[in-house]
Amino acid sequence: MTEGSHEEIQSTVGRTIERVARESYGRLVAYLSVNTHDLAGAEDALSEALVAALTTWPRDGVPQNPEAWLLTAARHSLIDVIRHHQVALQSEPTLQFLRESSTEAAVSTTFQDERLKLLFVCAHPAIDPAMHTPLMLQTVLGLDAARIAQAFLIAPKTMGQRLFRAKTKIRSGGIPFEIPQEHDLPERLEAVLEAIYAAFGIGWDDMVGADQRGRDLAEEAIWLARVLLQLMPGEAEVQGLLSLMLHCEARRPARRSPDGRYVPLSAQDPKQWSLPLIEEAESHLGEAFKLGRSGRFQLEAAIQSVHAERARTGYTDWAAVALFYKKLIRISPTLGARIGYAAAAAEASGPETGISVLDAIELEGVTNYQPYWAVRAHLLQRLGKTREASDAYDRAIGLAEDPAVRQFLLQKRS
Amino acid sequence: MQFALLIYHSPEEFAMRKNDYNDPHLGAWRAYYKALVEAGVYVGANALELPETGTTVRLREGKRGVQDGPYADTKEQLGGFIILELSSADAALEWAARCPGASIGAVEVRPLAPEVMRRGFTG
Repeated sequence: MTEGSHEEIQSTVGRTIERVARESYGRLVAYLSVNTHDLAGAEDALSEALVAALTTWPRDGVPQNPEAWLLTAARHSLIDVIRHHQVALQSEPTLQFLRESSTEAAVSTTFQDERLKLLFVCAHPAIDPAMHTPLMLQTVLGLDAARIAQAFLIAPKTMGQRLFRAKTKIRSGGIPFEIPQEHDLPERLEAVLEAIYAAFGIGWDDMVGADQRGRDLAEEAIWLARVLLQLMPGEAEVQGLLSLMLHCEARRPARRSPDGRYVPLSAQDPKQWSLPLIEEAESHLGEAFKLGRSGRFQLEAAIQSVHAERARTGYTDWAAVALFYKKLIRISPTLGARIGYAAAAAEASGPETGISVLDAIELEGVTNYQPYWAVRAHLLQRLGKTREASDAYDRAIGLAEDPAVRQFLLQKRS
Repeated sequence: MQFALLIYHSPEEFAMRKNDYNDPHLGAWRAYYKALVEAGVYVGANALELPETGTTVRLREGKRGVQDGPYADTKEQLGGFIILELSSADAALEWAARCPGASIGAVEVRPLAPEVMRRGFTG
């Protein structure tokens, strides 16, 4: 074999492994951990299987069913670990499962998709809500702790420790790998949706410079929502979340000018929005409405849908935006929703209305909440209260993380 | 808990210090300090003179070593520090990310060690 062809094989195999890992990671981790209740163990076993694939596949060729190969390899590695630790007594059922299924999996091409159970485990109420999204990103998508730490602005070592603790809790705390009962489902599903949306939000905010990590994370979140929709096609809020994220994603190209300056939504050129994404978002929202169960994510998607209308009509129906925000606040009175309402009400009925909405928010909660100060500064400026506006701009500038946003606000202040 | 934000400047950012009062970068710094104070987390801060004004002293085997310039010869140099009172390291990283210095140079977050000080050991 010549050097060149060897390298070629290596890189083809490398790409295949990458693709299989990307598509199958979550399914394999889910399948293994549902049966063993050991997330960290399942991940370790799978990464060992992937390493084994890197050495075996270039030599013997890529197996016909790479996923089944990885599953078998991961199982063997799990069996080894269990034997090694001599915990056979308590893990006898697990061992039994691993032995039984390792022979049949070698021949069968499909295995049960258990990702839904895994998603519910990651967003279980017994786990710190701040860890729901990181757990999901790691166990379902296979992102490493360092990358997750970047996105969450947490020291990588700390993130690694927190993920480890959460997994230990899952293993020893008796968190069941199951789809919640009917009466728990709405609340439990909400937590799963929140976690996916949080990943998207981080990706969304994180557009600093040429850094691609934010963009990736938003894409990962959309991918997760698609997986979830596939697993729960009849849930209106899943459709709503996907619609919301697609609407936002459609506007990504318009959020920065060619020279990297921040462009607020109202100043964006709708010609730069992605029509196919808007159409897809609209169709999911339509599906959601048909199911006849309103919810937070559908309302947020509806707000984005009104904004998207500008591509067709040339103007924004701010009264409609304000109305949807009002409904949203009734079921989910978050700071973000209340500030969104203030901004929309100001556009619909004048800046005084917007300011009075902002004034009703207790100051303690917004001390470090940048959007509050940005909207407040804008409205005060429109009212001609220059001094107060300039103070509010300072707060918004001081709290901004994105240099493009900071620059935009500095310009507006002066 | 108290944390130090150690702000490392590139040569370009050191040069920006001479900019006009209305310079946007300086405006961003002023706004940042205002936000720190309003948030009630500000303990203290100061800027350091340019790295080349530094002198580094060492004593080895009874011999004095005196060297022009800063301790480490790196492109980015310590330009100043901010001390903050915060509830967690997570919050400290959040403030570090908002620091205008983070988007040009780098900001290192280090917890202060008052118990080490109390035992009489400085540094």
